[in-house]
Amino acid sequence: MAAPAQLGLQNAASPIMEELIAFHDHALMIIFLISSLVLYIISLMLTTKLTHTSTMNAQEIEMIWTILPAMILIMIALPSLRILYMTDEFNKPYLTLKAIGHQWYWSYEYSDYEDLAFDSYIMPTYFLEPGEFRLLEVDNRTTLPMEADIRVLISSQDVLHSWAVPSLGVKTDAIPGRLNQAMVASMRPGLYYGQCSEICGSNHSFMPIVLEFIYFQDFEVWASYLYI
Amino acid sequence: MAEEMKAKLKNYKTAPFDSRFPNQNQTRNCWQNYLDFHRCEKALSAKGDDVSVCQWYRRVYKSLCPISWVTDWDEQRADGTFPGKI
Repeated sequence: MAAPAQLGLQNAASPIMEELIAFHDHALMIIFLISSLVLYIISLMLTTKLTHTSTMNAQEIEMIWTILPAMILIMIALPSLRILYMTDEFNKPYLTLKAIGHQWYWSYEYSDYEDLAFDSYIMPTYFLEPGEFRLLEVDNRTTLPMEADIRVLISSQDVLHSWAVPSLGVKTDAIPGRLNQAMVASMRPGLYYGQCSEICGSNHSFMPIVLEFIYFQDFEVWASYLYI
Repeated sequence: MAEEMKAKLKNYKTAPFDSRFPNQNQTRNCWQNYLDFHRCEKALSAKGDDVSVCQWYRRVYKSLCPISWVTDWDEQRADGTFPGKI
């Protein structure tokens, strides 16, 4: 989850998110370099008494400031496309989770063996234990096994919602009548928080997502409890 | 063939990648498997054959389709208002 007043991206829990963070750092550094260069040149322009009133042509500098930005853009595009194709890689999912958006909660279904389904409402503030996060906790967390490729199928029962978990680099729209597929994998156990990311009515800010990644053996135990 | 199907069903973990539906939109994948199961069931039971080979389609559509969609479609089939051809 985000720390108070956090500006940067959350720590990565999946390999794709690690790639996204690295790309973000790379692109941001390029932006900082260009911006500071431009600001420096502006400051030079504004603080000189020299003038040049008869510029006719400037072939050399025109070449430089065309070729150089083109190369910079290629240096941004290549890693970007690499990550884009990486997110679409064919992988064999171990498990399928369905996340269905409602006004104003998520419901989750695990139907690979038996129909296991439950709703996940926000934990109201007055029910929070000390140490829990306001507007982020839910009553039933979505439990998943770590180090496994999980296919998440996202849809909605009423209006548009969006299922987002920043630590895993996932944000996929929940559209009524459509099943959107996203792949999710966590490298470590833990709790990963997200919030609905498409305006959906009055309680749009109050339908969070909590994924609880646990070890495989514990996952089987948890799944068997849903029968009761 | 039935033995291979039984082995495949025993090792079933989740719906595998289907190259007919390689992209993000998996709606058609769910719909197609639902149709395929009911068509398979109807065709084989009409001939008096073993219906258990159709179980693969059932497992896949159960994995992919939201439970509410399946319930609605089952009701529509019972009412005779199901939009697909079975």
